[in-house]
Amino acid sequence: MRSEQPRRPSWERPSLLTRVMAAAGLVFLHAPVWVITLYAFTTEDRTYQFPPPGLTLHWFDVAFARNDIWESMRLSLLVASAATLFAIVLGTLAAFALARRTFSGKESITLLFVLPIALPGILTGLALLAGIRTIGLEPGFWTIVAGHATFCLVIVYNNVVARLRRIPPSWVEASMDLGARGHQTFRYVLLPQIATALLAGGMLAFALSFDEIIVTLFTAGHERTLPIWFYSELFRPRERPVTNVVAVVVILVTLAPILLAYYLTRPDERGSD
Amino acid sequence: MTPAIELRATRRAFGSVIALDSVSLTVAPGEFFALLGPSGSGKTTCLRLIAGFDQPDSGTILLDGEDVTNTPPFARNVNTVFQDYALFPHMTVAENVAYGLRVRGIAAAERSKQAVAMLDLVRLGEFGARRPHQLSGGQRQRVALARALINRPKVLLLDEPLGALDLKLREEMQAELKGLQQRLGITFVFVTHDQGEALSMADRVAVFSQGRIEQLDTPRELYNRPQTAFVASFVGSANVVGREAARFLTGSSRAFAIRPELIDLLTPDETAADGCVQCAGEVVDVLYHGASSRLRVRVDEHTTLAVARAETMGDGVAGLATGARVRLAWRPEHTVPLQD
Repeated sequence: MRSEQPRRPSWERPSLLTRVMAAAGLVFLHAPVWVITLYAFTTEDRTYQFPPPGLTLHWFDVAFARNDIWESMRLSLLVASAATLFAIVLGTLAAFALARRTFSGKESITLLFVLPIALPGILTGLALLAGIRTIGLEPGFWTIVAGHATFCLVIVYNNVVARLRRIPPSWVEASMDLGARGHQTFRYVLLPQIATALLAGGMLAFALSFDEIIVTLFTAGHERTLPIWFYSELFRPRERPVTNVVAVVVILVTLAPILLAYYLTRPDERGSD
Repeated sequence: MTPAIELRATRRAFGSVIALDSVSLTVAPGEFFALLGPSGSGKTTCLRLIAGFDQPDSGTILLDGEDVTNTPPFARNVNTVFQDYALFPHMTVAENVAYGLRVRGIAAAERSKQAVAMLDLVRLGEFGARRPHQLSGGQRQRVALARALINRPKVLLLDEPLGALDLKLREEMQAELKGLQQRLGITFVFVTHDQGEALSMADRVAVFSQGRIEQLDTPRELYNRPQTAFVASFVGSANVVGREAARFLTGSSRAFAIRPELIDLLTPDETAADGCVQCAGEVVDVLYHGASSRLRVRVDEHTTLAVARAETMGDGVAGLATGARVRLAWRPEHTVPLQD
């Protein structure tokens, strides 16, 4: 239990300087978020005047009345859901194939799976666009989903692989020994063990897909996901606080699953033995 | 009678390491059988082949007369108690025990009824609603036992069943396992590296070394008549005297084994009885074990003999220290000739 830990000796406690630096770092990271939130309520719609001359909820009304925002929001949610679904199915299959077995070429295959998240998005995007054009597909909803699935899969794969490695091989053997077929062992023994990893991986994947823009720019065709909507809105100063309003909504929408994922993957206090 | 288990020339290699080298053995129904050996001797591989977790490169495995060499574990009428117990942490104790029935599609009511009966059998009737992590090591072991027995297997396999328990619990469980096996009348095969465990529980013991069976015998035969130097030293840690030293000590160049407790320690004015083999040596060290003491005595440059003295014999072990000169004697009939 954390609370029962002995008090740390003075030489292990952080110095004042360390604390100030850490606080400064956190402010640097988070201040912009608060600024964006603040200016969603400003009465001044052209410049970032500080402090805002007045506060209003007017822009929320404007934003909710605009169809293009709803369209983009709906598209982004659909894309993220579809990409997450693909990622969960394919990532889990990949994790089961690669978690325990050793075979020649395993390292290369693992690298190929993980590469999309390390590769610059601009390369993934270019490559996908070239591929889409080559096979004569029209860029649209499913090409966005495919592009997002490449890196969402890695998130799920990594989560599930980490969890599978913590499952002693004897559990699977015990299940088989007691008469369980493969699908029963998966259903009764393995799935309950990886369920939280799937949920956490899925939520992170969802959040990643939801705000992805680089790969999307290449694969979206005429579709406009929410990040693309933001991007195009930058060049239209009219009703600028509306973008801030949408940003606040997006922050709230993405924060919930990330906090939930964090909560679910926290070190298991029950232990497994 | 059809043997419960029969291995015919089974061989299993992992890369260049031969884990099991053409091993054949038969286990009779209702027998308590031990696979004894140091780590890496092939005993666990042997158990895994019987359970079906692994398949032999060559050879045949029969259970109750039926060839199961290529039968998956879930289709064999054999159950296993794992060394780490392998209890499922997300299930209660009762759910763990009932698992074998659940995957066979038996109704929930019947499952829980049988699970309760099984838990009663291992004296854990009260614990069904708990999770495995809320139990002690000994209790978890009994849950693993109940879970493995619920399918009423013809053969129960136990992989180092007592390895993770402390000494006192281990002794209790030895008696409990033995009693359980006699009550249920099913075949038990257990793997252990502890010769004491094998001798006290098993009807017969197969001693493994380097992928082969060195000797397969009753505990008494193994202890009193080891056939090889390995068995002599591994089972009961007898002194193994090689050919060179044997020639020097007895005049015959036949290697032999002698147990530490069968070597007499002579006082300076004592003479050995007629026909005894005698030698002189120097005490290397004295280890006090409570009920007995163990001395190591160097009798020539290459040979050190262990001598055990019971504490009650009162023959002056206490006065001996490293470097003391002593004389040893033993009766020739107490030695066991060894195969080369």
